[in-house]
Amino acid sequence: MSGGLGRRIRRVWMFVLSLFLVALVWELYKWLGPQDGGTVFEWKLLPRANDRAMPHVWEMLSRYAEPERRGFDTPIIVVVLQGAWFSFRLALVGFAMGTLVGLGLAILMARFKVVERGLLPYLVISQTVPLIALAPLVVSWGGKLHIGEFEWPRWLSAAVLGAFLAFFPVAVGTLKGLTSTPPASLELMDSYAASWRQTLFKLRFPAAVPFMIPALRLAATASVIGVVVAEISTGLAGGVGRLIIEYAREATADPAKVYTAVFAAALLGMVMTGMVVLTDLVLMRNRPRETST
Amino acid sequence: MSAVEISRVSKSFNAGRADAVDALVDIDLTIEPGEVVSLIGPSGCGKSTALRLIANLLEPTRGEVLVNGKPARQARLDQDYGMAFQQAGLFDWRSVAQNIELPLELKGWDKARRRQRTLEVLELVKLPEFADHLPWQLSGGMQQRVAIARALAVHPPLLLMDEPFGALDEMTREHMQDELLRICGETSTTVVFVTHSIPEAVYLSTRVVVMSPRPGRITGTIDVDLGTGRDVETREATTFFEKVTEVREALRGIPATGSGVEAVDR
Repeated sequence: MSGGLGRRIRRVWMFVLSLFLVALVWELYKWLGPQDGGTVFEWKLLPRANDRAMPHVWEMLSRYAEPERRGFDTPIIVVVLQGAWFSFRLALVGFAMGTLVGLGLAILMARFKVVERGLLPYLVISQTVPLIALAPLVVSWGGKLHIGEFEWPRWLSAAVLGAFLAFFPVAVGTLKGLTSTPPASLELMDSYAASWRQTLFKLRFPAAVPFMIPALRLAATASVIGVVVAEISTGLAGGVGRLIIEYAREATADPAKVYTAVFAAALLGMVMTGMVVLTDLVLMRNRPRETST
Repeated sequence: MSAVEISRVSKSFNAGRADAVDALVDIDLTIEPGEVVSLIGPSGCGKSTALRLIANLLEPTRGEVLVNGKPARQARLDQDYGMAFQQAGLFDWRSVAQNIELPLELKGWDKARRRQRTLEVLELVKLPEFADHLPWQLSGGMQQRVAIARALAVHPPLLLMDEPFGALDEMTREHMQDELLRICGETSTTVVFVTHSIPEAVYLSTRVVVMSPRPGRITGTIDVDLGTGRDVETREATTFFEKVTEVREALRGIPATGSGVEAVDR
């Protein structure tokens, strides 16, 4: 597929170009915008454009090469990347747990209409619980949990909170996919006297893949958000979430610093999504592709 | 033993509710092995419902359906029939060969045996070189041939077809009709064929069953004897057109004079 490759290269270019444009807009606003913020119809809407609130793009970038704080040797890029790697592993665990739970719930709901009617509202409500409120609870529950030799590690709470955000799109997307099977295909499986399980694995799941991919993408980013927020609100050290909150406290003295960690978190989300996209390419390689994806 | 025996079968949807529909009322139909029987009639006459009763995809409200001398449910569990629909309905994540293997997988055949049988039926529908193609790479007619191959994979004595050529263009359609006749001749399969098209019903069938809607009933059956070696000349023969006219008039509800038409409600 030569056309596909060309399109992919063009997409990468578009991405680079869009990054450049965002940087340009940032600098433009910094140049033209009011130094101490502005009001529109007496609403304080326009952000401050001074160096403390909006450091120059090149300052953020060059900050990566400097050490985290005076007296250290390692450049900050190493520190934030280590933090990102730590959070990445947590997000991955959270994503995996969330996906498993989501798939399980979707299968249950697809199998038993009663479960769907009873459970789905609670799943929706669960997502309205603020993560910040939930995080300390999970930590204290986990702390009380002793199953034999198993001790609940602190990082597991963060992963669980990532899973808590990740399972929902997976459950809803997969349910939608599992119940959108073409009726004619279901009739065909019935005519073969196929069991519910055979129909699930040979028909419903493969047919649900196009619905599941966008759900998994959402879950991938949600697990990152969950982990980062959990790190911040439980004070778990070592991850990029903790770095963001630490560096944000130093924003007055070193405004570019916090952005180094913020970008690392964004990179984390992109890597997670990229993994799902790769899975998509593998799973959908044999299928007809619509031109718009 | 008859291939299909439908006795006093009625089917209602939403029975007992305000929107109850009598899809079929008191149907009797017996099909002997080797016959090709078309069910024809306007939309809503219950011809697809009748086919689904034979396939046991629906249960009759009253009456009994026997396939190969056993209850329809048992016949389905034993895979005594193959089925093809208007949409080929191939799974687009499976190759042509894997699609045909699906019913064999469900039956628990081992891989070598599956592969061998798949090649046999692909040979039968004249698509042996397309085994590893993906469904969307094939034309509509080819997809439908794969669907027929899939239906024939388990060696069923009975083939149930629900407007299988309805979505094809006229030329492909005539070609597929010839192919179907050839395949059924080679495999001596009994066929129940649902269609809208009068010429198609006449060309394919040994018997055309005419149905009428609201409620769905069989209003007549017309025996067709065009011989075994049907081809282009058959389509242009006078006897062909006479039968077409006969079916058309039966569909209009005009009792056709002469042979062939008889009430089924004996």
